[in-house]
Amino acid sequence: MSIPDTIAAASRALREGSLTAADLLDGVLERAQMTEAQLHAYLNIDHDGARVAAEAADADLAAGNDRGPLHGIPIALKDNLCTRGMETTCASQILAGWIPPYDATVVSRLREAGAVIVGKTNLDEFAMGSSTENSAYGPSFNPWDITRVPGGSSGGSAAAVAAGSALGALGSDTGGSIRQPAALTGTVGVKPTYGTVSRYGLIAFASSLDQIGPITRTVEDAALLLEAIWGHDPKDSTSYAGEYPQVRRSLDAGVDGLRIGVVKELSGEGYELAVEQAVAAMVEGLARQGAEIVEVSLPSFEIALSAYYLIAPAEASSNLARFDGVRYGLRVDGETTEEMMARTRGQGFGPEVTRRILLGTYALSAGYYDAFYGQAQRVRAAIRADLARVYAQVDALVSPTSPTVAFPAGARLDDPLAMYLSDICTIPSNLAGDPAMSVPIGLDQLGLPIGMQVMAPSLGEEVMFRVAAEVERLAGFDARPEIPVVAG
Amino acid sequence: MPVDIDIAHVARLARLELTPEEMETYRSQLGVILEHAARVQALEGEPEVGSVHGLGIEGVFRDDEVAASLDRDEVLAAAPESRDGFFVVPPALEQ
Amino acid sequence: MSWEAVIGIETHVELSTRSKMFCGCAVDFGAEPNTNICPVCLGLPGALPVPNRKAIEGIVAIGLALNCEITERSVFHRKNYFYADLPKNYQVSQFDVPVCRDGYLEIELDGETRRIGIERAHMEEDTGKSTHVGDGGRIHSASETLLDFNRSGVPLVEIVSRPDIRSAAEARAYAQELRAIVAELGVSDARLEEGSIRFDANISIRPAGSDTLGTKVEIKNMNSFRSLERAVDYEIRRQIAAVEAGQQIVQETRHWNEEAGETQSMRTKEGSSDYRYFADPDLVPLVVPPSWVEEIRASLPELPEARRKRYATLGLHPKAAAMLSSSARTIRHLFDETVAAGAPALAAFNWLTGEVTAWMRRTDTEPAELTGERLAALIALVDEGVVSATAAKEVLEGVLAGEGEPRQVAEARDLVQVSDRGALEGAVRRVLDADPDAVERLRSGEEKVIGFLVGQVMRETGGKADPRLVNELIREAVGSDG
Ligand SMILES: [Mg+2]
Ligand SMILES: [Zn+2]
Repeated sequence: MSIPDTIAAASRALREGSLTAADLLDGVLERAQMTEAQLHAYLNIDHDGARVAAEAADADLAAGNDRGPLHGIPIALKDNLCTRGMETTCASQILAGWIPPYDATVVSRLREAGAVIVGKTNLDEFAMGSSTENSAYGPSFNPWDITRVPGGSSGGSAAAVAAGSALGALGSDTGGSIRQPAALTGTVGVKPTYGTVSRYGLIAFASSLDQIGPITRTVEDAALLLEAIWGHDPKDSTSYAGEYPQVRRSLDAGVDGLRIGVVKELSGEGYELAVEQAVAAMVEGLARQGAEIVEVSLPSFEIALSAYYLIAPAEASSNLARFDGVRYGLRVDGETTEEMMARTRGQGFGPEVTRRILLGTYALSAGYYDAFYGQAQRVRAAIRADLARVYAQVDALVSPTSPTVAFPAGARLDDPLAMYLSDICTIPSNLAGDPAMSVPIGLDQLGLPIGMQVMAPSLGEEVMFRVAAEVERLAGFDARPEIPVVAG
Repeated sequence: MPVDIDIAHVARLARLELTPEEMETYRSQLGVILEHAARVQALEGEPEVGSVHGLGIEGVFRDDEVAASLDRDEVLAAAPESRDGFFVVPPALEQ
Repeated sequence: MSWEAVIGIETHVELSTRSKMFCGCAVDFGAEPNTNICPVCLGLPGALPVPNRKAIEGIVAIGLALNCEITERSVFHRKNYFYADLPKNYQVSQFDVPVCRDGYLEIELDGETRRIGIERAHMEEDTGKSTHVGDGGRIHSASETLLDFNRSGVPLVEIVSRPDIRSAAEARAYAQELRAIVAELGVSDARLEEGSIRFDANISIRPAGSDTLGTKVEIKNMNSFRSLERAVDYEIRRQIAAVEAGQQIVQETRHWNEEAGETQSMRTKEGSSDYRYFADPDLVPLVVPPSWVEEIRASLPELPEARRKRYATLGLHPKAAAMLSSSARTIRHLFDETVAAGAPALAAFNWLTGEVTAWMRRTDTEPAELTGERLAALIALVDEGVVSATAAKEVLEGVLAGEGEPRQVAEARDLVQVSDRGALEGAVRRVLDADPDAVERLRSGEEKVIGFLVGQVMRETGGKADPRLVNELIREAVGSDG
């Protein structure tokens, strides 16, 4: 059946009584049925659990127990979020078949908000990658062109939302893993301020950088989903316990009087012309709406990527040490514990994960720590200092989300460094802990989506959503991908 | 110039059993990535490195209260090998 | 050439909090295997640590007791190494910024006080427990290893001494003193047998008087103070013999084998000790503001060192002060009460560490009927000659048995001494008349005869006579003025 394709519209329809949560679930499952063979957005659809949840949501709503905007809404979860009783693999062989005995905090919050969990979406193994090709269970593809990647590592979540096989999804963003796939699939993706969304139950890639966030069709939907999942969690020591921004309230405020910085370092060589032109046009649009546009320079951004590719692997090398064949997941036997562990890890991790574990182990090891990991932390401090200086002059920053549109599957698989460069615009916000989001602003000449990134200082989500909502209005982006139906 | 690394040593530290061919591939790839990563060494000045977290949160504790533990059977059911309430692994050689 | 040993000791103390360091699982060592485990202490994917406030209070108390500086803002680091009983394959610990730094501990040895520096004390988490089973249950031939994670994540304080210790006896004294402090603070069970306090020693030797440092060897697996002393002593002698035979000392970890009475090299893999420490990004800075430190300081009990000094000022010999200080809490408490009730410290000490301790051991009960007032009253009865020293022991038995105040007991048991001259003169007369020979010898200055004659009178009176008075009466009668 045909259903509304935004959370806000579906939420209204549910309350008007024009459809039920069960209808919404049918609608997204029908889309999945039509598109999964081409896209492979999901690793696992929980037909039975979702059905039970949808019926419970309908009963609840009928009984007058309205749980809010996500009540009855079908949501997909990146498969690095622990779901009690539902297989969680991180798209890795090493966790094949693992069923967590607990729910991540964001999952509990979604269940309490009445959301219907449709299933678990594909990702680059352990969220390491920018194309969702590093999945042990096969790649996902882009709904706008199924020969291209959907971006990554939350590519499955982005593809599901773009294809309509979920109304919203959660991803995780360590160096751009929500924003870059959102840009490549024409969806909205938000990386909130570090510490505002609990990481409890998110299988860690790089703990000081990881944040969970929403991927949706619209800026308003992103606000609804974000408000459902964030908030202080005593189970996460790094969780923010103070006052939270009011994002929904700021959506219609416009940009008149805001000072918006355009980051000089995030343009030029390596940036596609269509991307640069679309961003420039949007900046002009914002100026017409009354924003004061300032070109700003953040020299430390030039070495942010280098710092990221030391810090993230270093943390990952330690975070992923627990996958050792002892307590859960894969075991490849050996004569001794040491041999068993080394074989399990050698065979259980895919090449990108292995590469990053080696890289991070090296960066932390005796004799190299100061020159690599230690120095990367100083770069991180320099980035924060640069941003503090710039945010004294502007309210928000804009840039392309990704230097390029979706690239062909396989194009960067054999060149890790080229793949890493996909994240050049998104990484600084992770290193700083600041919020950033991607909003679709148009299509290139091949019909592939282009995203604009809006960045703000920590806890600056109100201004970030104000700018994003204006960008969305100006772009008037309402294109939908046409996914070829494969016979069978 | 690509950074030269003792890949066998690093793999041993990381408890990864790799074939000689894999070692060679990773050695050369890591050399190129580290050459790029070494650009962090170009940073001038000595910025103060504080907490890695941006919001300056510190001094977070929980009260000393006992909470429910997991069901042992459920946990052991997920283990590759278990017996009599224990996880079982091949013999350990070092300590 | 004469050699000098340079010894430092690393101590791990398990804190007896209700819940673990970073999760709510119970700290309970008697439990069935793997029943106190959760996503956090089992290292499940996605789990996150939150530090236990009570554990921080424990380490600060230890730091203060060891005269350390307390770091206001310290950092949790990850120590990365692979081991089956370490669930995350890293241990949350502290590295360059520990909670406690630069303290010291005073030990008493042969009446001399020595100050041993404390380099640091830091907070960390314990590992799970491995049991190696198979042929003989020995590590090298084990056919498999069983893992129990109940202990995983129990709060652990690691205390690192400076290399200020010079002998096996000092090593033992340091360990005993440290154990006494931790026990007194009440932050740990501090039981060696159960592993809730564990000592490792780092030992090297150098030519006496030199200030160079030799290659150090770490000794593990010492399960009692005696084995600690034996192991250190063995290792010092082993190193001296090796060096004198022209061999190099290898930096290594050695295992104390109690049965063989020797330290043995443990097999370790080369390159396994690069721990790749880095600040744990799952945890925020550990902040202990001065106000919290002061609160903890105010709640500290009197510690052994302060107590020994206080006993010494009451007039006890340093050895007696040390002995009393390390005796049972009941004994120390009764001592303070008895002295407060006016008894001399030495008498109180003698009674309590002698008869009372013996009674407690014999009956395996607490001396519930004994109070400081009663013991002081008993001491006064002896002093005033109301009961004899011998009879006083019986009076004490009566008091401990619940028969009432010392004087009542003495009367009821007919133990009061006869100190009435008239009542004793007859007995003295009879004894002197019966042995004129002895009387003659005493007159001629043979002093030791007086003891014999007093004894005869005591026998005559059934032990109830006051010996001092009897002595006086005999001298009067014989005309010797002794
Ligand atoms: Mg330790
Ligand atoms: Zn636990």
